[in-house]
Parts: sequence; structure tokens; C-alpha cells
Amino acid sequence: MLTIAGTEFRSRLFLGTGKFSSPSVMAEAIAASDCQMVTVALRRVNLDDPDDDIMKALGLHDYTFLPNTSGARDAKEAIRLAHLARAASGSSWLKLEVTPDPRTLLPDPVETLLATEQLVKDGFIVLPYMNADPILALRLQDAGAAAVMPLGAPIGTNQGVLTDFQVEIIIEQAKVPVVVDAGIGAPSHAAYAMEMGADAVLVNTAISVAGDPIAMAAAFAKAVEAGRTAFVAGMGQKSKQASASSPESGMLSSDLGFLN
Amino acid sequence: MNLTVNGNTKLFQDIKTVTDLLITLNLEPETVVVEHNTTIIQPGSFDSAHLAEGDQVEIIRFVGGG
Repeated sequence: MLTIAGTEFRSRLFLGTGKFSSPSVMAEAIAASDCQMVTVALRRVNLDDPDDDIMKALGLHDYTFLPNTSGARDAKEAIRLAHLARAASGSSWLKLEVTPDPRTLLPDPVETLLATEQLVKDGFIVLPYMNADPILALRLQDAGAAAVMPLGAPIGTNQGVLTDFQVEIIIEQAKVPVVVDAGIGAPSHAAYAMEMGADAVLVNTAISVAGDPIAMAAAFAKAVEAGRTAFVAGMGQKSKQASASSPESGMLSSDLGFLN
Repeated sequence: MNLTVNGNTKLFQDIKTVTDLLITLNLEPETVVVEHNTTIIQPGSFDSAHLAEGDQVEIIRFVGGG
């Protein structure tokens, strides 16, 4: 079981709810993924089309909602969004996201740390989205983050875990759960992160824009489970030297002597 | 009175509280969160949040996001 801030999660796949073609496809994909944690964003109500309510489609009590602070460009904006999210959700779970540059959507490490310090003081369960920087992960952990969420690649790029070298160090050092977030574009990427020892992965675009998001959600669920099982089982070491899988003794002699 | 709601200033008639405003806008109070002059109105307190000429109101809700 994965435990974050005292809450247990059977599923190690977290789902983002953005970019689905319809609320019903989103709800079916979430069900197929068997996830228990879903992220949501906060936006101004479109007063010309006020009937567009995601929470109706989701069913409020079935999942842990992890509101994000997407759109925030600095700590101040993120803190404002966090308090709005708590008023809206009635819970303190928060994915802290501070992305000043819309082109890269890379997180601002300084503002993220400042916001984490303040939001922990304000009683939030803070899961900061961060670049895959092992030192920053320790700083966020020390500031009271409930988990850290290093990126595999920039948001929505489907590039996979390009940051594996640093993510491995983060996993090795962290005392809080590590959730690989962003960039995971295929079930194999998710399995790779889990094989490395990530505690969970967060996936959105790869599922929501797939040809069949519901089938893709099921594929990710299997991959996350396979990767986790492999990690727990203990992965073999990589080597440059070949090592025979078949026995090297008891080979046939004479004609097949070349086998010796 | 004139209110600036989600960045647009409009004239509203017969409105006293945030609840009145939400009804006028066809919004169910339990689906939104409201900021009144940058102060968050806790859900359940919309009735007692009185609006005045020139106030700024932000009406926000959850949408899909990653």
C-alpha cells in the first residue's frame, strides 16, 4: 500500500482529468484505470456556459481529489489558488504547480519552495510538482511536502522519463513518496518509472488524448502494477559482459564438441 | 448595482447577496467557490455575503486538469 499523509492508496496510478473529449469518457477512463487519486484544476466559471460542471461527472466521494494550482506563475498566485481549492473541495490535498513560462511549463524551483513552506504552515497536504532535482526534492521534503512529484519530461510532451538519472537519486534519497509526474506518454514509460522504485505515477495527456482513452487507462493500470511488482521482486543488475542463461556444464561431446 | 464578475463589469438588478448573484447567473452554489473583493467566501456563507456597488467577484470551479 502507498501511504501519503496518512492516507492509504491501493492504486499507484494517479490520473489527470484534463483534455478528455467528454465528461463521460473521462469518468469511464478513470474507472478503467482503477485509480483512487485524480487531479483537477480551478478556473473562472464561463458565465456564458455555466452548465459545464466536472464534479457532477466524477462522483464526489469515489476519489481523493488533488486540486492543482496550474496557471500560477509565482508563489503568491499559487497560495491564492490553494486557498480557493480548499474552499471548493473541503480538503487540504494540493498539487502545487508554479509554472511561469507557458512555453516550457517548467516549474519555478524557488517559488515552489516558498509556496510549499507557506502552504504547509497553512495546513495543506502539499505535493509539489518539481523539476527532477535531487537537492530540491530534499529541500521540499524538509519544508514539509507530503510527497514530491519530479517531472519525467515537460507537461504534455509524451517523451517518457528523460530525467531517469536524477529521478533515481531522488527515489534513493527521499523519505516521502516520489510520484513521477508529467511527460509519461506510454504504459512502458510508467512501468519504467515504477521499476525504478517510484511510489506512483501521474498520467493525463497520454490517456486523455489516446484513440481509446478507456482502453489506454486500463493499459496504464497494468503497466503500473507490473512495474511495481518488478521493483518489489528485485530487478537484475545491468552488465556489459554476457552471462549464459543455459547451464555451462554437461554439454554433449564428440560431434557437438564445439559447444564446449 | 454594478459588479465586476470574473473580470466583466455589469449592472445587476435586485441583488443583495452572493446567493442572489449565483441564482441570477444560473449557478448552483455547491458547485462553485467565490472570492469577494479578494476574500474567499466559505461555502455556506453565501447568504450572509452582502454585495455593494463596485464590488469585485470571482466565481471559480473545478475543471479538468493534470
